[in-house]
Amino acid sequence: MHAPDGFLGLGTAVATGAISFGVVGASLRMARTRLADRQIPLTGVSAAFIFAAQLVNFPVAAGTTGHLLGGALAAILLGPTVGALVVTVVVVVQALVFADGGLSALGYNTLNMAIVTSFGGYAAFVAVRKILPRNASGVATAAGLAAGISVVLASMALSIEWLFGATAPVSFDTVFAAMVGVHLLIGVGEGVITGLLVASVLAARPDLVYGARHLDPAALRGRASLSTRGLVIAALAVTLVVGTIVSQFAGSDPDGLERVAEDLELTADQAGDARGPFADYAVDGLDNEQLSLAIAAGAGIVIVGAIGYGLVATRREPSAV
Amino acid sequence: MGAEHSHALFHHGHSPVHHLPAHTKLVGTLVFVAAVAVTPRQELWAFAVYAAVAVFAMAVARLPVRFVARRALLVLPFLGVAALVPFIGGGETTDVMGLALSTEGLWAASGIVCKALLGTAASIVLAGTTEQADLVRGLARLRVPPLLVMITATMLRYLETVAGELRRARTAMQSRGHNPRWLWQATPLANSAGATFVRSYERGERVHHAMAARGFTGTPPDLNPQPAAGRHWIRAIALPGITVAVAIAALAS
Repeated sequence: MHAPDGFLGLGTAVATGAISFGVVGASLRMARTRLADRQIPLTGVSAAFIFAAQLVNFPVAAGTTGHLLGGALAAILLGPTVGALVVTVVVVVQALVFADGGLSALGYNTLNMAIVTSFGGYAAFVAVRKILPRNASGVATAAGLAAGISVVLASMALSIEWLFGATAPVSFDTVFAAMVGVHLLIGVGEGVITGLLVASVLAARPDLVYGARHLDPAALRGRASLSTRGLVIAALAVTLVVGTIVSQFAGSDPDGLERVAEDLELTADQAGDARGPFADYAVDGLDNEQLSLAIAAGAGIVIVGAIGYGLVATRREPSAV
Repeated sequence: MGAEHSHALFHHGHSPVHHLPAHTKLVGTLVFVAAVAVTPRQELWAFAVYAAVAVFAMAVARLPVRFVARRALLVLPFLGVAALVPFIGGGETTDVMGLALSTEGLWAASGIVCKALLGTAASIVLAGTTEQADLVRGLARLRVPPLLVMITATMLRYLETVAGELRRARTAMQSRGHNPRWLWQATPLANSAGATFVRSYERGERVHHAMAARGFTGTPPDLNPQPAAGRHWIRAIALPGITVAVAIAALAS
């Protein structure tokens, strides 16, 4: 999700830059009380951990690998404000030192990958915590779900920014469907790894998990009992349901971008005119738009999954390390 | 990125670019990137000038071609996506080698490719000619909030250590026969990452004690002050200055 220079329009780059600047400034002010000088090396080394965690691949299916984004993980371990600062530092260093993500794209990259994932992820964590038991399993499960949701939120944020700063004649619908579809699957991996990681930190040093600080230490005693396979299957099921629901937002006939284009007196043709099998994101021959949208989204996820499975099934040999 | 060492991002050398104070280079890079960002994508001649400026900077910095090419690979996935745009974009079409491609899509793709490549080039020159510690001091001199600068400094200092710890944990697991292929087999991997977090945090506590014992009061001492004289600023701004002039001309035309 590290967008390069020029991926979104100038106005969007400046606007997201201003938003990110404001939120990071506010986070700094809020974190300053928490980060006494004692905390600075701690936060820096934790930032190194989040950066390193992004470099480590975990298996996804049949030998293919993915890697963590880590925004929700940072927020749950360190708290949302410190988490947002840590991931901001990671994103800025990646652009400045690693040439990963553009410098003029820092506004939207910081917004999507640090701010949306940390604060959005923590919000999801808090919401999910309310319905889960107040013990280690509950915290770890909530962390996993929140991490998955945070990735999807980040992809939605980038799609919405596309609505304002599109640099190519690809409609919002298409970008939204592709981004959110792909990131629903990425979110499954992010969620499972984050949940398991938080469970193992809780087992060793429950006091280091910011998201569990209000819990009774006695309730946290004992290892979280998570079935990894169950977690994966549940996450995939949630993905299918969410993908279907989320897609409802994606298409209503003149959508925002097309309306803007019409206001600017461009014809509909110039703003994008899709004629594929899922033209304008609805299946041909069905009158009920919501239903057809749901089918298109469900089909998209199943197709991506099937293609992915087909691709990886041909590479069954264990990869040389 | 994979298992790449971060110090491989720096190319040791004694070129004029290497000797510029870090904060002047930071400002120069940001000016260059901003000039590229504001240039309308139809002005191809402007991008040609920018590319010449970037290549000239790399030549003056004596960065090997192979070093630059290897670092530039990171931008490839996005270029792949950009290459799809002429095929899925709508509107009027242009014939390219017998294929009817979206005209608007072709412009969009060329804009994204030019700007992404130029931005990457700027970043490669900056990171290739500036030690990471100097870069952090440069940020401090540019009045980035001290809290962020110190988090950045500690992060860069311990990144290799923590990444190496994670890699060794994985190697140890593999040597014991654990080579996960499916997501639901990743539990030991997540556990070792969790253990690494706990160890990183405890390392941070020890680092703080060591710093406090050496008299740390909240601001680190500047061990390599690089005062920038006027001539440094002139050299650092000269090339980006050309790009600003070109950008203004491109905007006006």
